[in-house]
Amino acid sequence: MENYALQMRAITKEFPGVRALDNVTFSVRKGEIHALCGENGAGKSTLMKVLSGVYPHGSYDGDIIISNKNVAFKSIKESQNAGVGIIYQELALVEEMSVAENLFLSHDLMRAKIIDWNKIYAEAQKWLDHIGLDVDPQTKVGQLTVGKQQIIEIAKALTQKTEILILDEPTAALTESDVDILMKLLHDLRAEGVTCIYISHKLNEVMALADSVTILRDGQTISTDKIADLTEELIITKMVGRELTELFPYEARPISSENILEVKNYSVTDHVGKKVIVDTSFAVKKGEILGFSGLMGAGRTELFMSLFGGLKGNHTGSVLIDGKETNIKSPADAIREGLAYVSEDRKRYGLVLGMDITKNTTLAALNKMMKLKVIDNALEVKTAGDITYKMNLKAPNLEALVGQLSGGNQQKVVLSKWLLNDPKVLILDEPTRGIDVGAKYEIYKIINELANQGVGIVIVSSELPEVLGMSDRIIVMAEGKITGEFQRAEATQEKIMTCATGGKNS
Amino acid sequence: MKTQPTVNPETKEKRGLSFKLDMQAYTLIIALVLIAVIFGFFTGGEFLSSRNISNLFSQMSVIAVLAIGMTLVIVAGHIDLSIGSLVGLTGGVAAILHVWYEWNTFTVVIAAIVVGALFGVWQGWWVAYRAVPAFIVTLGGMLIFRGILIGLSKGQTIAPLNDSFKAISNSYFPFTLGYILALASIGMLIFWTVWNRSKRKSLELLLPAPVIDYGKVGVYSFFILLATYMLNRYQGIPTPILLVVFLAAIFIFISNKTSFGRYVYAIGGNPEAAALSGINIKRNTLWVFISMGALSGVAGVILTSRLNAATVNAGNMYELDAIAACVIGGTSLMGGKGKVVGALIGALIMASIDNGMSMMNIETFWQYIVKGLILIIAVWIDIASKK
Repeated sequence: MENYALQMRAITKEFPGVRALDNVTFSVRKGEIHALCGENGAGKSTLMKVLSGVYPHGSYDGDIIISNKNVAFKSIKESQNAGVGIIYQELALVEEMSVAENLFLSHDLMRAKIIDWNKIYAEAQKWLDHIGLDVDPQTKVGQLTVGKQQIIEIAKALTQKTEILILDEPTAALTESDVDILMKLLHDLRAEGVTCIYISHKLNEVMALADSVTILRDGQTISTDKIADLTEELIITKMVGRELTELFPYEARPISSENILEVKNYSVTDHVGKKVIVDTSFAVKKGEILGFSGLMGAGRTELFMSLFGGLKGNHTGSVLIDGKETNIKSPADAIREGLAYVSEDRKRYGLVLGMDITKNTTLAALNKMMKLKVIDNALEVKTAGDITYKMNLKAPNLEALVGQLSGGNQQKVVLSKWLLNDPKVLILDEPTRGIDVGAKYEIYKIINELANQGVGIVIVSSELPEVLGMSDRIIVMAEGKITGEFQRAEATQEKIMTCATGGKNS
Repeated sequence: MKTQPTVNPETKEKRGLSFKLDMQAYTLIIALVLIAVIFGFFTGGEFLSSRNISNLFSQMSVIAVLAIGMTLVIVAGHIDLSIGSLVGLTGGVAAILHVWYEWNTFTVVIAAIVVGALFGVWQGWWVAYRAVPAFIVTLGGMLIFRGILIGLSKGQTIAPLNDSFKAISNSYFPFTLGYILALASIGMLIFWTVWNRSKRKSLELLLPAPVIDYGKVGVYSFFILLATYMLNRYQGIPTPILLVVFLAAIFIFISNKTSFGRYVYAIGGNPEAAALSGINIKRNTLWVFISMGALSGVAGVILTSRLNAATVNAGNMYELDAIAACVIGGTSLMGGKGKVVGALIGALIMASIDNGMSMMNIETFWQYIVKGLILIIAVWIDIASKK
């Protein structure tokens, strides 16, 4: 008899019209890191919501057994008390509060009639030391990077005596170095006997970290295996139910020698006067896919936000599009010059979630939908319908609000929106973040096709395999400067990481 | 080739969905019918008499005009607390120019609208270009405009107006003209539907079943004729309500068919995404406040004309009625969502409650309490229906 920290038996959960979980069995041994894999919509999140009491006992069928005891959580509070801590992709920290306040927000220390701040700060420092995070407990959480916020979430869960720690896509927003810190932290926690359920799309992390892997597909358990019996390819095959011949549909194609975008001596100062980009020059050719790699905070997003006219602050240097000098002061200028920018945070910068698919799709190209200054609705619906059809968008209809779509489909709406403007240069900032394997592949194919049509493409990505797999050429940035440049053939993960961490290598 | 805007073959079977989307509109209409039945019953049918309906429409016109503009303001994610004072001020300016300086009615109306629009520029500038929250800017405006009004009028009531000014709120479109207008609008409705259908057909888009499209036309026509008939049984269509319909038509057009309207919804829904889509947030926000100011000017004229005088207290608290009308009509205070038609129905509901309760001789304090409760319940229904 093995020693299980958690067993979920024959879990079935139905929503009106959908069976989200169908007789799912999920067993996690004590003190292991157990990865839960599956495409978006496979039922991972639903299963975790059943476990953490978001869906109370009675709203699902089946048994949950924790440490050999049957449990029936009616609320999140009850599951927390039983030692189940869940950390969602969207962080639940109060940005305007300090690290220490966040750590102990629901802790007894904060519940005291008179709060002993010294004790809280001291206690917070102890936890921060314990997890190896070097920040002042009095720092406001909002000032920290997403990676550090993530680690603080974990620390917060630990202060609540969590025995089963669930991490939902923890590294989606992290850079490689933050991922390393996180992985090390998880190893340490395993050594201390904490059981961890790890949900991730990034299979290299799963391979490096997990002891066992359970795969869900369409609400059913496909398999649970020891990591030794698995390979990345095998996991993907099980997840999608078919064999993906390749992750990246790269195809070599002739690249024109003409520069479509040329940036010379470009420097950016942000709105608080900090120099974020220093004297940067690069060029993108027609039909070329240029990868931009680097750690978070290297200034990649700021660089392209600024080129697109969307960053508060000042910039110097010159930008040539199609050989012509430009003067871009706002996104409207940038669009007119033929730039398109798919932001790293589509919910915040890319979409109006409460608007329908049609209106989101035409938002940046509304002037093309007009006759005599009046919106031609029929033309608008037709245009939006055609482009989203080409993108293979899956939605009940075009009047559906984009907030109700999955991440992959939302990204397709964003892409549709920009393609309506026939951009000369398409900048994609983390184009596949939080998107499942199947949709990723489709987006890569779209990118390739655009490159074939002669669009200059920039992919900013923190996922090295993505940059390596898709780019014709790779530029690496660190601390606001370009520190390396590689042709596709000569690029390796090691070389890129060396440049990204500051070592010059080119 | 098949180029349907279907993103998925299920779409066709889900055609009925467009009916479901209008749930909110149906709730509003049910509420209105319920109010009509209840008051009709308690007033022995008097509430639904031609004379009272004519009255009711005249009474709601000021708030309705304000609610039209307020819808845009709230959809853009802002609020305007100053419009009650601005109504008083523009009405006061109109009366002063008219009574003291003997300007003719037409010039006076234009002047009131221009003054309203200029104060809209003032407030819009602070909100859009100086990033001061609209709540604060317009709270300031509420005090400033009332102050200017008291200063200009020296605290006096300005009266009487001559007949042409009075006519704005106190005249009727007679029998024949009323029917001609009604028939003309029905004609336009039919033309619009036919044209739109042929357009969609030529682009090979999905068409709603003819029954649905022409059924809608039939229902609207019926109500237009019914309203005209009821009003004609008294003295004809009151001029202010025609103004409301006219302005509403313009603003419905603006919000649905112009880029400005679309941008306002986008800005209210997600300002950051709107900005990165190349939308000029500042300029569009400024125009929202300008249109609100101009509409306040129109409302000021209607109110002054109806009262046959301008007083220092005119328009007091009207902003709250206008906001309530929008909210009851389904406009979300979070921005990005709301309809002009909803605001009109909201205004009608609020006016009906005032009117019906007065007819039942219920004391005024009850009207405040009931209106307050209805506001809260309307928002609660909206929130609860989303879950």
